[in-house]
Amino acid sequence: MAYSEKVLDHYQNPRNVGSLDKDAQDVGTGVVGAPECGDVMKLQIKVDDGGKIVDAKFKTYGCGSAIASSSLATEWLKGTTVDAAARIKNTQIVEELSLPPVKIHCSVLAEDAIKAAIDDWKRKNGKLPAGGEEQSS
Amino acid sequence: MKVPIYLDYSATTPCDPRVVERMLPFFSDTFGNAASRSHAFGWAAEAAVEEARSQVAQLIGAHEKEIIWTSGSTEANNLAIKGAAEMYAQKGRHLITAVTEHKAVLDPMKHLETRGYRITWLPVDGRGHIDLQQLEDAITDETVLVSLMAANNEVGTLHPLAEIGAICKQKGTLFHSDATQMAGKLPIDVIAHDVDLLSLSAHKMYGPKGVGCLYVRRKNPRVRLTAQLDGGGHERGMRSGTLNVTGIVGMGEAARICREEMATEIPQVQALRDRLQQRILGELPDAVVNGDPEQRLPHLTNISFPYVEGESLIMGIKEIAVSSGSACTSASLEPSYVLKNLGLGDELAHSSIRFSLGRFTTEEEVDFAADRVTGEVKRLREMSPLWEMVQEGVDLSQVKWTTH
Repeated sequence: MAYSEKVLDHYQNPRNVGSLDKDAQDVGTGVVGAPECGDVMKLQIKVDDGGKIVDAKFKTYGCGSAIASSSLATEWLKGTTVDAAARIKNTQIVEELSLPPVKIHCSVLAEDAIKAAIDDWKRKNGKLPAGGEEQSS
Repeated sequence: MKVPIYLDYSATTPCDPRVVERMLPFFSDTFGNAASRSHAFGWAAEAAVEEARSQVAQLIGAHEKEIIWTSGSTEANNLAIKGAAEMYAQKGRHLITAVTEHKAVLDPMKHLETRGYRITWLPVDGRGHIDLQQLEDAITDETVLVSLMAANNEVGTLHPLAEIGAICKQKGTLFHSDATQMAGKLPIDVIAHDVDLLSLSAHKMYGPKGVGCLYVRRKNPRVRLTAQLDGGGHERGMRSGTLNVTGIVGMGEAARICREEMATEIPQVQALRDRLQQRILGELPDAVVNGDPEQRLPHLTNISFPYVEGESLIMGIKEIAVSSGSACTSASLEPSYVLKNLGLGDELAHSSIRFSLGRFTTEEEVDFAADRVTGEVKRLREMSPLWEMVQEGVDLSQVKWTTH
């Protein structure tokens, strides 16, 4: 399978690999996917008092496109706001990385990971109704 | 050392230069049709074909009249399975095979299933072996054919041909074996192993692509097949079509070289395979060797790397040509059915790599491959949330995953 230059670049030089303290109040963690499906993504954001994402880290078990999708997502997350991050769509990732149709699920997973991380941060900070998962608008 | 390094000899082998040399005159000089009986061009082609037939027969302990040329193993398997099923339909409409066979056996069987034949799909154990008692119990008066491969193409597990052959003989059913992966690599004797039909392919034994053959037993019993290609009645009426003289000459020469050099080649390639495997397992103790570590092809090892995903690993070791059991490398999203039938979870099946070595593999290449693979696995592990969880003492089987 031929990979786009951007996928190869993210795969070879992944941005923001690592972990933040998942127990910290200002950190949101999203873990999505399953080993038997071939992809697990862990995406973490660190949010300041103004709702700005000051740091983002990822770890991904998955194909090159999954690694690239999550690496790209962390690039986009850093410096943006939680509200703007919630509006990131998988189609933007598909476009940026020129993912072929069989790899679209990698971008969906990255979007899910972003949303899961935001939800986790909101839950920790009392911004979600109890038990509810707010849909981003 | 040239990169990329080729460690995918089970997919195909390069033509041995001696094979190419032998083939060259048959393109333009000795170009006759082997079926032309009326002139010297035809006679010369026929003589070359018959010499090749004898070389291939000698490789497997057969008589040259028992070799039917085909376009390769897929065609040979189709001819053996469908040809026997049709020819002996009066006796019964039951065939037996195993779940880990190559698609070129499974798909003809499925085809027969849609035509009213009954197929028994034998399961395998964790090492890829069938239960011989289960095979014996499955054979009935209506069983016309048992098809079990000599060596598995993904993990290299060897089926006990002689024992299977003896069971089939005693029960009075025909035994076909797809020997694509084993021919030329390990000794095969159709008499000693009681094989009635045997499929071979030239390009897996340093010959050209597009040529192979089916061994069809001529005595005790005399096996008859319904032709699957009708035409000029070539090859004792079992396979019509003008013979690929050049390819056949190449296959004959390839068979001769394999037969003459097998005794020295086996220990050499096995030593390199063992070196590769030991170096990888030495660096990565949790890597898992799939299949049967003893009863397997000497040139192949299939290894799973927990906590890293197969396609990303393949991507990272692009200087090394290998095959993966990962879903992502094929059009389907399912990981290898062979590994799954061996009981591997999807996760380990996804992260498996088949290394297959051959005649031209060097120690330098093996060491380079081992270093690249272990280095890349370590890099990907640092990126893997699964590896991180395991380091933290999390039992991955207890995690509630969000499947998608």
